[in-house]
Amino acid sequence: MKVGIIGIGHGKFGNRSDATVQELAFEPFKEAIEDANNLRREDIEALIVGSVPEYHMQRSLPGVVAEYVGMNPKSTWLTEAACASGSAAIRTAYMAIKSGLHDIVAVIGVQKMRELSTEEILALMGRVGDVQWESIFGTTFPGYYALYANRHMYEFGTTKEQMALVAVKNHFYGAMNPYAFFQKEVTKERVLSSEDVASPVNVFDCCANADGAACVIMTNEKLAKKFNDTPIWFEGLGAASAQMSLLRRPNLVEIPSAVEAAKQAYAQARIKPSNIQVADVHDCFTIAEIMAYENLGFCPRGKGGKFIEEKQSYIGGKTPVNVDGGLKAKGHPVGATGVSMTTEIVKQLKGDAGKRQIPGAEIGLTHNVGGIGQYTFVHILRR
Amino acid sequence: MPFKYFGKINFTPYTKVDKFSDYLQKGKLMGTQCKKCGERYFPPRADCLKCMDDTFEWIEYSGKGKLHSFTKIFAAPKGFEDIAPYILGIVNLEEGGRLISWIGDIPENEIEIDMKVKVVPRIFEEIPEIKLYYTIEKP
Repeated sequence: MKVGIIGIGHGKFGNRSDATVQELAFEPFKEAIEDANNLRREDIEALIVGSVPEYHMQRSLPGVVAEYVGMNPKSTWLTEAACASGSAAIRTAYMAIKSGLHDIVAVIGVQKMRELSTEEILALMGRVGDVQWESIFGTTFPGYYALYANRHMYEFGTTKEQMALVAVKNHFYGAMNPYAFFQKEVTKERVLSSEDVASPVNVFDCCANADGAACVIMTNEKLAKKFNDTPIWFEGLGAASAQMSLLRRPNLVEIPSAVEAAKQAYAQARIKPSNIQVADVHDCFTIAEIMAYENLGFCPRGKGGKFIEEKQSYIGGKTPVNVDGGLKAKGHPVGATGVSMTTEIVKQLKGDAGKRQIPGAEIGLTHNVGGIGQYTFVHILRR
Repeated sequence: MPFKYFGKINFTPYTKVDKFSDYLQKGKLMGTQCKKCGERYFPPRADCLKCMDDTFEWIEYSGKGKLHSFTKIFAAPKGFEDIAPYILGIVNLEEGGRLISWIGDIPENEIEIDMKVKVVPRIFEEIPEIKLYYTIEKP
């Protein structure tokens, strides 16, 4: 039996010093229930929270979220896979429904990051590398992707200009997304002249630490039509892991977990990369989006730079990517990101994406990477 | 020489491969080799990834290798602000395995991917505590 999405909600991403983490979680949860037809909160049997606990003062997040959104005494738990925690939660919900354990499950991805300073976040995220052999030298998250970027440039001739073009595209679409942190276009020159973070990565090559939440409500094929005239179905799910340490990765030009997860998702959905009409990919850094084009098979390995240069990832191109602005413009509240991506693909497949709509899109994909590729989840959705 | 002396800030003071820091203090860069199947590891591992045997011996690495990639860190994490900006490199070691460290005395304009390098064990001289590390240098 198929599993589908019957309700979506999305809170405003950005600097949310106006709200606690559970207050952030409430916003998309309420919206998602209202998005479904005639769904009562009591119909939801479980609440899965996707989040990275280290950022919050509040310990044991599902407890406080479940209470605040009014889910007690229903079951609730956390899934964590670094920046892919949201998609990990969705995969867990899929399993729960598929197994018959629960019929209707809500997934909330939520994160409040901006209570910490940038230096604290750099240290915290740097420790998503191997702390025994790498972090002791002051590695950082942008630094890791910079090591990838330099090698990619060396092997394939990828350029800083091409990386900058990813930021230009994502801010172009982000300017049309009312939920995005940054709703302003940028020029290539502005990206290239922005401050150095870890060469060749500049500030405008990085996504921003943000606060925010998103929600999806999922159910089985039997119940879906009761709550939504156009449920959006999960057609393929892939998930894979890769070495924690970059020192043990086979190469530094691709995210191996993404390649494997994509393979699984395409096989289950019985489609090819060229069938994907819209994708939300994990552009935590501009080089990450370039590698995503390649790892997902939208273009051959090494041709990701050309793909953006030729505007193939714009609406009207071969495979439109991150036309909601991506992590780059929306901001990246780590636990919320995978769920946010999913809400965007649902909107696109239902024809509800407004100015950013890809005409007639029926098959979409999300690609959510955790850490420096330690975890990747790829989901293929269909109307 | 406990493992806690390895690195500017050490996050893992206890490990089964803590002799690594003893050797490093003596100027030796050591990896491990599985006693059963002979697989070699750098960074060292106590337990074999390949055959799952848990016995190993130490073997010396020459430190010679090629620079696989590098980056200059401007935005440093907490605890490293005082040495920023610094250049990190990844070295593919001649005997297999990789390491990450700071690039030492190589002039910035001479740093190139795939150049030949040598990893040199070091002790922070300028601070009173014992801190062991290694840098990436010209061979």
